[in-house]
Amino acid sequence: MSEQSQKEFELPVKITEEIEQISKELRLSKEKKEKLVEEVRKSYTRGMFEPGEGIGIIAAQSISEPSTQMTMRTYHFAGTAGIRVTYGLPRLIEIFDAKKEPETPMMTIYLKREFNNASEAANLAENLVEKKVLNIVKRISLNLNENSIEVEVLDKRKIESVSKVVKEMIKNSNVKTKEDKVMVAVKTENVKELQKVKEKILSLQVGGVKGVKNAIVRKEGDDWIINTIGTNLSDALKIKEVDERKTYTNDIHETASVFGVEAARNVIIREAMKTMQEQALDIDPRYVMLVADMMTFAGDINSIGRYGVAGAKTSILSRAAFEETIKHLVRASIRNEVDNLQGIFENVMIGQVVPAGTGMFELIVKPDES
Amino acid sequence: MKEIDITKNDLVPKHTLLNDGEKLELFNQYEITLRQLPRILVNDPVVQNIGGKVGDVVKVVRKSPTAGEALYYRVIVRG
Repeated sequence: MSEQSQKEFELPVKITEEIEQISKELRLSKEKKEKLVEEVRKSYTRGMFEPGEGIGIIAAQSISEPSTQMTMRTYHFAGTAGIRVTYGLPRLIEIFDAKKEPETPMMTIYLKREFNNASEAANLAENLVEKKVLNIVKRISLNLNENSIEVEVLDKRKIESVSKVVKEMIKNSNVKTKEDKVMVAVKTENVKELQKVKEKILSLQVGGVKGVKNAIVRKEGDDWIINTIGTNLSDALKIKEVDERKTYTNDIHETASVFGVEAARNVIIREAMKTMQEQALDIDPRYVMLVADMMTFAGDINSIGRYGVAGAKTSILSRAAFEETIKHLVRASIRNEVDNLQGIFENVMIGQVVPAGTGMFELIVKPDES
Repeated sequence: MKEIDITKNDLVPKHTLLNDGEKLELFNQYEITLRQLPRILVNDPVVQNIGGKVGDVVKVVRKSPTAGEALYYRVIVRG
């Protein structure tokens, strides 16, 4: 920071608000309030990290030490209401490794105010679950005489939607409906082919949101919330009852593609903090925020580890010291890379003063200013 | 069809584009260059929403559990 901004930096909004509130409660005079602000400013400055402090290492230790206390295995709760989710250490690893698909993808859906009641929630939960032809069919049979497949539907009201998707998705077919049956005639002599078409019909989607396997309604305060197993944020948001202001998913990559990278950062923080609080671990959110900032630095989601943040370091020696030593050395020599020795690792390796703490600064002499 | 405004979601902080003057002020204040800023992709949903171009700087006003409100800047890069 430049000199000017260092002198008159502003206190964070939250602290300013707290000062206002307290001075109102205690009816402080103007001078006393000013003194309070000064004192707070002083202790705030004391709490700041010094330039050159290795905050990355402190964050790493602060997160990893308590994490060793976490449950290593995911337990299964038989019979408890709700959805089983990955938690504990496996979930934490999943978050920081930025896995493409979490083991238990989950959406938390809030309803708009006008639909916020039990019956609407139950109704929507029912409609959210992905339904395939397989789930609503009573009987499916092959008619070898006419080379056709007869689909008998449980609910007559669904017959329209079944014949519609079959018409769309099965090529070279002639679809007819008769009472509660859908007849699909296929142009083929081959029984095997007919079997294949039958399997395909059964796997067609006729309702719900693609990817949602289960939905459970629960009440939190005044809100009715639907938790789903399986996520499909972009499709779920299109439903008119869904409140797009609060609905979210625990899938970081999906959040990034629907809501952007800043939202993904918030999900990383929220999920990591939640996972650790569930295990009764008290970690300062600042450390998790720092990790999330590093993961989203490049505009997309990078994992902490050899393919993500650690693999993107500029120094060859530093990368080689972390993991896959030979790969990095060979690649660097082929590409004629140069290590400028500006990081911590590489300077430890060659026995120089590391550029951290007091080692970060050098003296500049200005001879004409005496 | 329902219109979805992603910027209204609780997870999405407020993004605004900086004009040239504000950019210069930012670089002078922290003594940095454009390349040193954190990045955001040009095809990011929020960037497309506010119509940012490659090379623009986005100011993000984050809600922070510790500070209440925190400023963050990202430069738009090609995705």
